[in-house]
Amino acid sequence: MINRASRWIDDRLSAASFTRHALNKVFPDHWSFMLGEVAMYSFVVLLLTGIFLTFFFDPSVAETTYEGSYAPLRGVKMSEAFRSTVELSFDVRAGLVMRQAHHWAAIVFIASLVLHMLRVFFTGAFRRPREINWIVGVTLFILAFFNGFSGYSLPDDLLSGTGLRIAYSIALSVPMIGSWLAFLVFGGEFPAHEIIPRLFITHVMIVPGLIIGLLTVHLAIIWRQKHTDFPGPGRRETNVVGSRLWPTYAINSIGLFFAVSAVLIAMGGLLQVNPVWLYGPFHPDQVTSPAQPDWWLGWTEGALRIIPSWEIRAFGFEIPNPFFAGALLPGITFGLLYLWPFIEARMTRDREPHHILDRARDRPVRTALGMTTLTFYAVLQVAASNDLIANKLAASVATITRVFQVLIILLPPLVGYVTYRLMKGLQVSRAERFSTVPLDAVLHPKRYNGASEERASEESEEPTTSS
Amino acid sequence: MKTKSRMLRPGDAGPAGPTPILVALGISIAAAVAVTVVYALGGQPQLEGALLGLALGGVAVALIVFARRMLPGGHFVQVREDLPGTADERASVSAAFSTGAEPIERRSLMVKMFGLAVGALGLAALFPVRSLGTRPGQSLRVTDWKRGTRVVTGNGEPVRLEEVDVNTILTVFPEDHPDSPDSQTILLRLPPSVPAPGPRDWTVEGVVAFSKICTHAGCPVSLYQAQSQELFCPCHQSTFSVAQGAKPTFGPAARRLPQLPIGVNDQGFVVAMGDFTEPVGPGFWSRPRD
Repeated sequence: MINRASRWIDDRLSAASFTRHALNKVFPDHWSFMLGEVAMYSFVVLLLTGIFLTFFFDPSVAETTYEGSYAPLRGVKMSEAFRSTVELSFDVRAGLVMRQAHHWAAIVFIASLVLHMLRVFFTGAFRRPREINWIVGVTLFILAFFNGFSGYSLPDDLLSGTGLRIAYSIALSVPMIGSWLAFLVFGGEFPAHEIIPRLFITHVMIVPGLIIGLLTVHLAIIWRQKHTDFPGPGRRETNVVGSRLWPTYAINSIGLFFAVSAVLIAMGGLLQVNPVWLYGPFHPDQVTSPAQPDWWLGWTEGALRIIPSWEIRAFGFEIPNPFFAGALLPGITFGLLYLWPFIEARMTRDREPHHILDRARDRPVRTALGMTTLTFYAVLQVAASNDLIANKLAASVATITRVFQVLIILLPPLVGYVTYRLMKGLQVSRAERFSTVPLDAVLHPKRYNGASEERASEESEEPTTSS
Repeated sequence: MKTKSRMLRPGDAGPAGPTPILVALGISIAAAVAVTVVYALGGQPQLEGALLGLALGGVAVALIVFARRMLPGGHFVQVREDLPGTADERASVSAAFSTGAEPIERRSLMVKMFGLAVGALGLAALFPVRSLGTRPGQSLRVTDWKRGTRVVTGNGEPVRLEEVDVNTILTVFPEDHPDSPDSQTILLRLPPSVPAPGPRDWTVEGVVAFSKICTHAGCPVSLYQAQSQELFCPCHQSTFSVAQGAKPTFGPAARRLPQLPIGVNDQGFVVAMGDFTEPVGPGFWSRPRD
């Protein structure tokens, strides 16, 4: 059967030689290499559940009155977009499961993208020859980010409408072109009616199309360059050690796809997410309180909250406050992400190709810088809930905000410094885990290094000479 | 390509029977059947999600157990070929690219004209983009308030002066544009002990009106702390002191909420005495000075 089929295809495409090589291709086994796969399979779940949703969702802002089965909203005026979302949730069988699974898949998609990116960063997998794939990956990250925002804005509910309102104000704040930018994107002054249908076509066609295209490029480049691997017995710069694509790697990976979709669908059924019927339809003079966006927007939201009231006015022109937190910060963030492989190559003067990954301890400066940056965004992320925290601690929002303003300055360098010392301690003590690092090695890496110089130098020779 | 046979790692269970795989697939089949039953009986989101998850999870477990226990893996070795191609290949690529470039007369002029043509096309392509939105023009600077317009609540009810309470705020719109988003205005009465802010003829008997759109990021400033007479924006916590003319006292907002001049007409209804004298809402590049 397989023989006949493969002969039929080979007669027409001469594909046997390529297929033989492809099936025998070796992929290294390490759990952290699954993170990118989890992201990819979440995206597949997003596509499948999303296709289902498009058959029921109506991206129209035409006003209508709700008459469906959710009693608290009966008789309320709302847009078709909001009405069809509520109908999809309550009156379409399996609709709520699909909608919530779609939302959870988006949450997990971006979370696994971030983890995948952190793995690539801290292990130095972005170094030559993989700079192109890092750039493709960062672009995929931005697209995922954007599609998350456009998707969650579609139901035209009060929470996401407030998010769109803030996005409009950020667009408006861009120097020189701001008002044109905001008017062209939204179709006019907020809340212009064009934005929902525009977001819809961007969300279901344009951006997913770009993601599919770039994901293909991302995978093709991995295929061409072969995967990186951690240092270990038999692992060299010149080889790949692991499992063959067929059958082991492929069956494992298909199993992972089923596992990811199982978790996402179960979450879609069991865990409520984005209950738009509780927020109600969008109305420009109303707002939910408290109002937190989806998690991946937390850092921008936190920055918008804790930034002091700076506005620049000069020569009759103005740079309004939301520009700094809403446009400049993401611009710098993504700009630095794009440039990082080149910045690091310049700093370390290391422009050689690398296929064996770094351990975090062996690159204390990179690891410390990474942790500094990560802490910066983590503080912003938590600051996005300053009102909830104030409420929980029975403190004033002002106090909590001041605390975050101090933390955002103090905590990142502190975490960076501690990380640096820990990495140095791990390095000189050659301990396997943090728990087994002698305190002395962390506090006085130089002295410790001197005391055990012989042993350390002996062992540090080992990975390079024996591999 | 060099291959090694499968090596069992310490702790591996070794080739076991297919029992766990069969059990997982059995669970998967049962769950899939149960999903159809639940659906046919009218559907129930929690059950649908849990059962579908179980059906998919069973297949996942079966595949992963199969791959881990029964398939060879872990110690195949493949050689990485050098990534840079040979110098010869690169030279022939650049040669192929420059085919036809050499003998052309006035080559640089042609290249320049090509560049100009592409640039001109780019400019022309901006015009369809221009159709995406209306011209900003004056729309960011004006609202629908005019002198003599009665204020109405969200239900379209006009407001009598005596109906404005000391402890609460009203959201009001111009009577002829009750849906105008940029005209949304907060109407409130200050206690007699607090002098009304702004020009004297912009307020009546302690009743004042301010734009409801936050000057930071444009959210509706919808919370009012009556004791301290502070307006509070729930989005980013900008706080405005009404007694000081809605000056920001905390948070990221840098400018006060514009004040709407109000009066009272012959029938005792609150009316606007004109439009806001400055643009409402978040800032923009060409916003005139307050």
